[in-house]
Amino acid sequence: MSARFGVAVFPGTWSDRDCVHAVGLTGAEAVPLWHADRDLKGCEVVILPGGFAYGDYLRAGAIARFAPLMEAVREHAQAGGLVLGICNGFQILCEAGMLPGALLRNSSLQFRCQPTWLRVETTATPFLASCQPGELLQLPVSHGEGRFYADPKTLARLNDEGRVAFRYTDQGGGLSAEANPNGSLENIAGILNEQGNVMGMMPHPERACEQLLGSDHGLQLFCSAIQHLPLLTG
Amino acid sequence: MVNDPQGLVVKDALHALGYPEVAGARVGKFISLELAGPDLDAVRARVDEMCRRLLCNGVIEEYRFELRPVPGA
Repeated sequence: MSARFGVAVFPGTWSDRDCVHAVGLTGAEAVPLWHADRDLKGCEVVILPGGFAYGDYLRAGAIARFAPLMEAVREHAQAGGLVLGICNGFQILCEAGMLPGALLRNSSLQFRCQPTWLRVETTATPFLASCQPGELLQLPVSHGEGRFYADPKTLARLNDEGRVAFRYTDQGGGLSAEANPNGSLENIAGILNEQGNVMGMMPHPERACEQLLGSDHGLQLFCSAIQHLPLLTG
Repeated sequence: MVNDPQGLVVKDALHALGYPEVAGARVGKFISLELAGPDLDAVRARVDEMCRRLLCNGVIEEYRFELRPVPGA
């Protein structure tokens, strides 16, 4: 049975077709999900892709979190279903309170579009269960507002509970300010919710699924999710 | 306090223009709403709720607001 991935489309989403393409490479089925529909169409995994949902007006993700589709996404997550927020999708999950913290203007004040190296910090999520702890992945970032911030208490909790998914590193896996494209606290590039079924990340795995594009490291996130789909009750 | 790179750039620019007394600068948002309500307390409560639910992200922002009569209203 092939897994079903829903790919959310808000007005201003730009990475949905890349996500559909990436999912297709795994052999799974990708289904576009319209923001105004409160319907996940039976999808087991929901991807909130990158872009500028609702123009990023007010704050990135601030308006999108109130879309009818997001009610269904929240219920899906509460039932243990998988949700992956990429870039703008990560911003939406933070605004929705489904992940802690917030994503702020890059410390450089520049939009950064470049390859980055990421260190896998935990495998306690279906999205990374197929990775090795400490494994290095090369994925591109493409954002102007990706500086992860959380208050010190929240940050300590994320660390203590092993909920930091990725950190930006150099090619050797070392943490440094130079390897951090946006000034994120502690080089954080992605985080998990408490249960590990919701992951938010600024880098784009869907844009690194073929050697032709310089890296296929992103593909294993999608494959891992398929191999480790949770059994949902109800 | 949340790092505000825009504020830092503004501070540096003011220093460059000859205002060394500027010790700090922060950049925020100004939102103007026009609305009606039965009385000031009711309007205040509604606006406060709007700030908490949408206009302000409490993780990174603070808010305050003032109410003024609309001229001619």
